[in-house]
Amino acid sequence: MHFRYKIEGGDFTNAGSTASAVKKVLKQLNIDPVIIKRTVVGIYEAEVNIVAHAYNGVIDVDIDENRIFARFEDAGPGIPDITKAMEEGYSTASEIVREMGFGAGMGLSNIKNNSDKLEIISQVGKGTTVEITNYFNSK
Amino acid sequence: MTKANQSGEIFHAIHFRADMCIGCSHCMNICPVEAIRVREGKARLIPNRCVDCGECYRVCPVGAIAVEQNDFEEIFRFPIRIALIPSVFFGQFPETISREEIVHSIMDLGFTHVHEVEEGAGFLNRLYIEYRKNNPNNRPLISPFCPAIVRLIEVKFPTLLDNIILLKNPMEITAMKARKDLTEKGYKDTEIGIFYVSPCAAKIVAIKSPVGEKDSSVSGVINLNYLYNKTFRLIRNLKKAHGPLPGPNFSSQEICWSLTHGETDLAESGRNLAIDDIKNVIEFLEKLENEEIKGIDFLELRACDESCAGGILCPANRFLTAEKMKKRVQNTLSEGKEEKKIEYTPEMEKFLRDHISLEKLTPRPILKLDDNVAEAVVKMKRMYELNGFLPQVDCGICGSPSCKALAEDIVQHTAELKQCIFIQKIMEQNEKLDIQESVNIMRKIWSESKLDKNSLRDEI
Repeated sequence: MHFRYKIEGGDFTNAGSTASAVKKVLKQLNIDPVIIKRTVVGIYEAEVNIVAHAYNGVIDVDIDENRIFARFEDAGPGIPDITKAMEEGYSTASEIVREMGFGAGMGLSNIKNNSDKLEIISQVGKGTTVEITNYFNSK
Repeated sequence: MTKANQSGEIFHAIHFRADMCIGCSHCMNICPVEAIRVREGKARLIPNRCVDCGECYRVCPVGAIAVEQNDFEEIFRFPIRIALIPSVFFGQFPETISREEIVHSIMDLGFTHVHEVEEGAGFLNRLYIEYRKNNPNNRPLISPFCPAIVRLIEVKFPTLLDNIILLKNPMEITAMKARKDLTEKGYKDTEIGIFYVSPCAAKIVAIKSPVGEKDSSVSGVINLNYLYNKTFRLIRNLKKAHGPLPGPNFSSQEICWSLTHGETDLAESGRNLAIDDIKNVIEFLEKLENEEIKGIDFLELRACDESCAGGILCPANRFLTAEKMKKRVQNTLSEGKEEKKIEYTPEMEKFLRDHISLEKLTPRPILKLDDNVAEAVVKMKRMYELNGFLPQVDCGICGSPSCKALAEDIVQHTAELKQCIFIQKIMEQNEKLDIQESVNIMRKIWSESKLDKNSLRDEI
């Protein structure tokens, strides 16, 4: 099953709509609440990353009976040092974004903590692709 | 765990009276958990979905929704008859009627004792504060007070179940204490009947089919509006002088426990939020579940606007009730009187503490399409496909509350695609459906009476 969501950079009012939509689907599929929670938290963080840092992006979600796979592909500044960006508290978010309560530097590490598989590919000046996989029969 | 009856159905205090229902679908459209459908011209409840919030009761134009209660005469089966009155009850009456008059009238009706539910709230609040200290990593803690909200979380937000404080409510504490006091005086447990006067359907369900506790110490339920009518008539007819208040003259801030902010006003400092109205609660819990909202310590969540003052069985205006109750507290405090709290002996304290915990709550997911994930995926694909054919008007003519709900009903084999009036038109145009068949489909949903208007035939 495939779902696609389009995200506009800077559209903070709608940040979280993908996470909510995916959450509803997972509940309908009778997935374990603990796995739903992990997945939705990860998706929300990745969604907010696009809104906060990129110009625009597309989220592709693929679900089958065994796992959920979500790809977040954005056109944006890219991440120069992914290892550093994964550190808790490291943030490049602008002052304005932080004032809105986002950009505390917990995003990528939070995604990592809430996913079974995480891949990040980034090209500076072009954009970032984040791929999350979570299995329904917990690992 | 929510108890089901022998046939596996969940108990509800709300009953749809088929003899009175006119099939208007107002209830179906308002239900926040899409638990109602219209078939054969009558509203039908899907028991496993309903959370007993009572929104349907509010909008029914013909009073076809009944709320279950015990027959009043049942109180006389017990030599000791205790009325457990929530503070909102006193807020229903005009200010010219005193609390003494109300209490004495309740006793004139046949009760031997009257207790105010909120007598137990101060004790509970102390335990809330301890609970918060003992569970520092569980945030936000969610109040277990409103049974409709506990049920809502069970069915719709199972990931938040562990956040609910596992303690009973003031009603159970007051009932347990009253029962214990009397058994110590030599009465047998079976001689004591405790009857709770309920402002809503959810509280009735909490007694008849408790969540997270084996049995309630309450023996039965009287609906608040029923007792209000009986009491009010008595007070007006028998304007005799009454003595002072029998039983504890309880008077402190906990009187407002069941109002919005009743719990947060007494909570220890931190980020404590009070949210009322089930739609607001659902909106908030959606965001909380995604962790879009963080850093909250305590949530007081109530299904009714203005909390229990807005209970479906409360006859008075909810804003005026809340105002009167707050005034009652203010008057006590401003007159320089001391707050009169309920005293607990160390033995009583220990007894209540031993009996106050709720068992772990279990999810009761209503959104699932199938127990089996693979099967659910198949159903979901079909559901999205079907939903693509539907007009997204959410008109409800199909007898389901929305296009998405119809798509779901179709994959669950409780509805057919051609129940959609738009699909019918397309089929008629393609000569796949003749007019008589489409009329028959509408008859099946809305009953013959709505389709066969013989007298209209000449007019239109």
